[in-house]
Amino acid sequence: MHVVYPVVLAALLFSIGVYGVLARRNTILVLMSVELMLNAVNLNLVAFDVWLKDALHGGQVLTLFVIVIAAAELGVGLAIVLAVFRNRRTIEIDRLRDLADPDPDPDPAAGSQDRPHDAETIPARGGAA
Amino acid sequence: MSFAPPGLWPPTGQEIVFLLLGVVAAGAALLVVTTRQIVHAALWLVVSFGALAGCYLVLTAEFVAWVQVLIYVGAVVVLLLFGVMLTRAPIGPSTDLDSGNKTVAAVVAVATAAVLVTTVIDGFRTAYAPLEPGEGAAKPLGASIFRTWVLPFEALSVLLLAALIGAIVLSRTDIGGKD
Repeated sequence: MHVVYPVVLAALLFSIGVYGVLARRNTILVLMSVELMLNAVNLNLVAFDVWLKDALHGGQVLTLFVIVIAAAELGVGLAIVLAVFRNRRTIEIDRLRDLADPDPDPDPAAGSQDRPHDAETIPARGGAA
Repeated sequence: MSFAPPGLWPPTGQEIVFLLLGVVAAGAALLVVTTRQIVHAALWLVVSFGALAGCYLVLTAEFVAWVQVLIYVGAVVVLLLFGVMLTRAPIGPSTDLDSGNKTVAAVVAVATAAVLVTTVIDGFRTAYAPLEPGEGAAKPLGASIFRTWVLPFEALSVLLLAALIGAIVLSRTDIGGKD
């Protein structure tokens, strides 16, 4: 088995994951894309473990660790997503903009739509937390 | 290496199987990030992870392949489907799953793919790994985990416990912070 095949496949899977993270709007789809990227890394680890014939099986053991950490990350991540959904009624990343800088040159039409929404959600969240 | 590795083309039988599984995995992954139905995305993720488990099997990493099937196909996708259900995501086809920066994302992804693929092809063009069955079976891998890697293994169990407690604390509504 030439090492090129698994390594190129891993690079392609990673790029697909990058596209998903950047292009998707739903948080759960973003998490799925992150899983794709983690799987690409796992494929690399297994391929290099087989190539280098590691006596300690470092690559495959690290693959198992990455799988476990991915499961833990997904559990905590979904809990955060559900908490956001409870507070905001949405999990669309484009609309969760409370941490963004205020627009320096606000568009009057967009600004008048956004500002009252922010003003009413921030005190409500502060009171609940 | 003591023997001359075979050329890159034609591929051997193992490589043909690996390439077919890789095409399935990459195609299903592409459908995950482009489909318009969120449940279909989760189901294509099953196909992609299953094909990757097949890739691990071809690479003689049997134990990793079965762990992949158990944890990714079994647990992670079910967890994602629970998330889809609990956030009341639209079940039918929906048009607003992609954000406005789709073209920028595609450009970045293609650039990433170009850089990575050219780099790895340049770096590993001649690398050849002869496959020996049994290298990644449960016995050698278990011996390795519980001898050499037992300390990270135990640390990982503590991390899993912390993640479990964190998920419970974040999910429950009746144990909030200070009022």
